[in-house]
Amino acid sequence: MNNSSDSTAHSDFTARSDFTARSDFTARSDSTPRSDSTAKVYVPRDSAARSVGADEVADALQLAAARGDFDIEVVRNGSRGMLWLEPLIEVVTPHGRVGYGPVAPSEVEGLLAAGMLDGADHPLRLGVVDELPWLARQTRVTFARVGVTDPLSTQDYLEHGGLAGLRAALELAPEDVVTEVTESGLRGRGGAGFPAGIKWKTVLGCTDELKFVCCNADEGDSGTFADRMVMEGDPFMLIEGMTIAAHAVGASEGYLYIRSEYPDAVATMRAAIGIAREHGWLGKGILGSALDFDLQVRVGAGAYICGEETSMLESLEGKRGMVRAKPPIPAIEGLFGKPTVVNNVLTLATVPIVLADGAKAYQELGVERSRGTQVFQLGGNIAHGGIVETAFGVTLRELVEDYGGGTFSGRPVRTVQVGGPLGAYLPTSMFDLPMDYEAFAAAGAMVGHGGLVVFDDSVDMAAQARFAMEFCAEESCGKCTPCRVGSVRGVEVIDKIVAGEHRDENLALLEDLCDLMTDGSLCAMGGLTPMPVRSALAHFPDDFLGGRRSLEIQPVQATGVRTEGTA
Amino acid sequence: MTTSGSDVTVENVVRRVAAGHRGQRGALLPVLHAVQAELGHVPQEAIPVLADEFNLSRADVHGVVTFYHDFRREPAGRTTVRICRAEACQALGAGSLVGYAREAGLSLGETTADGAVTVEQVFCLGNCALGPTVEVNGRLHGRVGPAQLGAILNGTVSS
Repeated sequence: MNNSSDSTAHSDFTARSDFTARSDFTARSDSTPRSDSTAKVYVPRDSAARSVGADEVADALQLAAARGDFDIEVVRNGSRGMLWLEPLIEVVTPHGRVGYGPVAPSEVEGLLAAGMLDGADHPLRLGVVDELPWLARQTRVTFARVGVTDPLSTQDYLEHGGLAGLRAALELAPEDVVTEVTESGLRGRGGAGFPAGIKWKTVLGCTDELKFVCCNADEGDSGTFADRMVMEGDPFMLIEGMTIAAHAVGASEGYLYIRSEYPDAVATMRAAIGIAREHGWLGKGILGSALDFDLQVRVGAGAYICGEETSMLESLEGKRGMVRAKPPIPAIEGLFGKPTVVNNVLTLATVPIVLADGAKAYQELGVERSRGTQVFQLGGNIAHGGIVETAFGVTLRELVEDYGGGTFSGRPVRTVQVGGPLGAYLPTSMFDLPMDYEAFAAAGAMVGHGGLVVFDDSVDMAAQARFAMEFCAEESCGKCTPCRVGSVRGVEVIDKIVAGEHRDENLALLEDLCDLMTDGSLCAMGGLTPMPVRSALAHFPDDFLGGRRSLEIQPVQATGVRTEGTA
Repeated sequence: MTTSGSDVTVENVVRRVAAGHRGQRGALLPVLHAVQAELGHVPQEAIPVLADEFNLSRADVHGVVTFYHDFRREPAGRTTVRICRAEACQALGAGSLVGYAREAGLSLGETTADGAVTVEQVFCLGNCALGPTVEVNGRLHGRVGPAQLGAILNGTVSS
């Protein structure tokens, strides 16, 4: 891609005034009638899609093409985030991209014979994917390109608005970029919700020669996979966001800390960084400007605590991932003691859009002090799990019942854990709570990173409370006593309560222990572990009476159909 | 950079890997990953060499190696099966998979005597909408029930 076509793409896409127009651009670039006879078929390479057979589906398509029966070009895109439909394949037709799913590898031949390449009818046909209500109802801002494009195609990236944010940022002085991000209302998407612009301003204000931008991609919480999907599905967006951050604060080096449990994300990001360097999107004099910035991937080594920002910095320095006491905050003394921007994947991935479309467009989405969109991740026992990106203010009920379609098992929903293993378990009576940082905090819960894990009525909440403590004991970095020892004591006390040993005294003791962990822990690991425990106790006290253990969760079969349980 | 036959000592591997990462800031973790990729684990003999390369005490290096779950002190089996036990997979019966493995005589964290398979637990593979999830030699499998886990384990034990 040469510079002249870059700038053409740029001028096309900066004219957009609203975010919802984005899908129009997808439709336009793909609905052009094919000039040749080659059919373009998209098969996701997202690791969730691969976990249910996307590679085999792609192989089957390529085999049919190799035999000469069909003229097919297979493109491996990211996932649209309708994960229950994976592998979801899309065929480019004059009417748009027609989807079929979930497609088993053995069904490929039948689909081809039925005329799939022309968008023909078939029991697996879903219709034009962009028009599916589940997707059309969302406000895809950060996820606008994910699942639409080939993640490593620079041409796709530019045709779908890529680099518009960076170009806009490079036209501005660093302090004006910071102002733009501040005014957009963008808050850290990693869980704490700290305003991104304020953090950047602190780093900008430091006079050190060497500064860093660190992206925290240690997405260790169960029920979260949006960071992974961004890295696998639209890696250039993250690189662009980090580069904008570098320009805004005066940083010259960037680190992307990815957990080792995400090998596909590591491979995609490394490949994307290499391609970005070749195109002058990273390195010296980025896009012809005076900005020098380069970036490397670092892989974690299986430690949940390294998702905590100061532990991550220690790990990046080659040490044990022990939490640092704050202050000093990383913005002033971060990586190797230098001023450092530490942001989550979604935060940095959203920055290009904020710069491309302006703070105002982003700020107009959302409610109260929760501005913009949140990428909700529906997981656990849910019929329609996946990515729902929508403005803040959506209710739990809309997410779990409307988007999610209730449980996968077909049994009643009993609880949803929101915000990861350190988030609260909420009962269905609280389902009308709007997704908003402050409203959740007032209800003793947290939106966190927007991960939702649904449980049906077979769940034993005393066991879940015990697991929260057990997980903390297993994953605590060990630096502070409330977390390291408190979690071990927590497991013991819950066991005693369930066993009926001095129940009232032990409940009081558990309460006291939770207070101590909340107030005395160095970081959120110990500080928030009481949240799932307390919420389980508050909303499901009967489970702690010791009678529920016998309820076995029924296993599911590989086909996704529930087996006849024995419980 | 050819190492053949007797050249492949732990010390040679560690020194070569460390040299390849010289100039990188805080490179101990990338070096440990690379050593493990070549040798299958981080042997005890690597510790003093790493300490020398990084100008750290042996205790410091030992502390880092043992802090992280990924670094093995012993080689794993030919196949590593990791069962996700985090909440999203729990909600779909991950516990029953662990129970199934245990009934098949495979305890979490242990390698079978014939060196065929190591079964481990993992907390979240990012496949939370398609659980229960099991990873086999780095490859993800979603919606895994006991029957499929059985097939996976049979495949490894007989191989």
